[in-house]
Amino acid sequence: MEKEIIKLKDIAVSFDGEPVLSGLNLSIRDGEFVTLLGPSGCGKTTTLRIIGGFVTPDHGDVFFDGKRMNDLPAYRRPVNTIFQRYALFPHLNVYENVAFGMRVQKKSREEIKKTVGEMLALVNLKGFEKRGVNTLSGGQQQRVAIARALANNPKVLLLDEPLAALDLKLRKDMQVELKNIQKSLGITFIYVTHDQEEALSMSDTVVVMDGGQIQQIGTPQDIYNEPENAFVADFIGESNILDGIMHEDYLVEFFGRKFPCLDAGFGPKEPVDVVIRPEDIDIVSPEKGHLTGTVTSVTFKGVHFETIVDFKGFKWMIQTTDYYEVGRQIGIVLNPEDIHIMKKSAYSGMFGDYSSYSEEFDELADPEADLVQESVDEENI
Amino acid sequence: MMKNRSAAAPFAVWMLLFTIVPLGVVVWFAFTDAAGHFTLDNIAAIQGHLGTLAYSIALGALATVICLFLAYPLAYSISRKTERVQQTMVMIIMLPMWMNFLLRTYAWMTLLENNGLINRFLGLFGIGPLGMINTNGAVVLGMVYNFLPFMVLPLYSVMTKIDSRIIEAAQDLGSNGWQIFRRVVLPLSMPGIVSGITMVFVPAVSTFVITKLLGGSKTQMIGDTIETMFIGQAANYNVGAALSLVLMVLILLCMAFMGMVDKDEEGGLVV
Repeated sequence: MEKEIIKLKDIAVSFDGEPVLSGLNLSIRDGEFVTLLGPSGCGKTTTLRIIGGFVTPDHGDVFFDGKRMNDLPAYRRPVNTIFQRYALFPHLNVYENVAFGMRVQKKSREEIKKTVGEMLALVNLKGFEKRGVNTLSGGQQQRVAIARALANNPKVLLLDEPLAALDLKLRKDMQVELKNIQKSLGITFIYVTHDQEEALSMSDTVVVMDGGQIQQIGTPQDIYNEPENAFVADFIGESNILDGIMHEDYLVEFFGRKFPCLDAGFGPKEPVDVVIRPEDIDIVSPEKGHLTGTVTSVTFKGVHFETIVDFKGFKWMIQTTDYYEVGRQIGIVLNPEDIHIMKKSAYSGMFGDYSSYSEEFDELADPEADLVQESVDEENI
Repeated sequence: MMKNRSAAAPFAVWMLLFTIVPLGVVVWFAFTDAAGHFTLDNIAAIQGHLGTLAYSIALGALATVICLFLAYPLAYSISRKTERVQQTMVMIIMLPMWMNFLLRTYAWMTLLENNGLINRFLGLFGIGPLGMINTNGAVVLGMVYNFLPFMVLPLYSVMTKIDSRIIEAAQDLGSNGWQIFRRVVLPLSMPGIVSGITMVFVPAVSTFVITKLLGGSKTQMIGDTIETMFIGQAANYNVGAALSLVLMVLILLCMAFMGMVDKDEEGGLVV
């Protein structure tokens, strides 16, 4: 786990004068499951394509096992890719798709047969050898793509939103399956997704990206519990983000009230962003609360109610298993561990207020848009 | 069921009027003599034209192969451009086709003649005049020039359907340029190759205008022979029909062979 296998140093790329990535530094250890997470157009796919050899950075270096490989063409790199929408060879059957890489390398017939058999067993597609790939379901095509990439015995597997085209249930199953494959083979996975839940549940390390830059690198718990800035806090899960002032270590003021917290190391009277996760907030009767507010909307989500509460004009989201009807006065209690303090950033004030909250805003942009844009861009390089 | 049948009616009428009836007439002429009695003499008379027939197939095949080799890289490079560039490039390929076929061929005459533009230009350097007109080369050139777009378009149309991600996948799996071509691009463009060959070979084999204008009296192709059977003093409709019939059968055999080479072809000509 300790050895560094891939390193991106000071990478910058622009397409048509539009910067796509800038000042990107990333180190990936051998055997790690790393996820590049971010919204459409954040540069995550471009980062993956740089590692795969399909995009040449304008600036910066790519190292593999300590060796610079900027000029190594894609077909010579010891990495394999699972493409968005799989990119299976439509003129070949399942067997030949999986065998493709080995045929190119002129492996012996016996070896190819043995490896294809193993790979198809690994992805539960035994007996599908002779099937045309266009007769397979999305999930089965996905498995063929995995088998095809792994048959080349790569040191690093690159996965570009591999589950985006599958329905929710299948996606969940494949998440578990991919994670198991990664564990059993012990190879490095670099996984691109815009689905934060997917990122949190599968990864050893999550790299949150936006605007062509890395916003935070950390374990899923770190990213969720200790977001670096308002963007990360908002993108990973739901967050109420408030303006606050750090009075001294472990004491923050917001809404005109001082709260004890667990954060330290800020300057005296430093303005900060305060993050409070909707599921951490305890609702009590108004007279017992640290703050009191009025419920303005309630949405039933199955596991909990998503309750929007107005505190002095600032609307919070609170997730609660109890129902509080619209118009009801409630109080809330905030414990020190519920409060997370972040330094002010360029993203301050952009996120974390649910005043204009609607379900639609929560939907991510169509991942296809990203795909089309990037393939257009690559034509122009 | 009824609906399907009535929808097919225009096609049936078309087939009857423009395919079955004319074909019937050709067959009738081919197997009868001037008096209208059944005979195999016309078919037997073809023996005298076998040389011309073979020659036509050879020239047509040569022109088709040249078209394929010229059109393939051209179509591929067009298909990898952005959509707007593609449209412009295809437009430019198509443009000469909207000019009259005779005009285009006459233009080549004025270029290739002994005192034509090319020879006059070469004369400036003391070269020539080269005998370019009235050669087989001129005929093949005329065929290639006139029929090249029929090869480019079907190739281009299958190649645009090759997803660039599939090519990347081949690269990702270790294929260099040649391997990508042989293992991915070539098999996936096979339907276009087959329909391109069909669309060039058939008119090339049976052309008579190009041979007449660029080949002079030395070159005679089967199209010219068939023409003389229908026009002029030596006209013989019956032998002409028999020749046409044999030519058609030969072309069908060629096509059947091509179809076997590409058994996965989804069918139909791609225009």
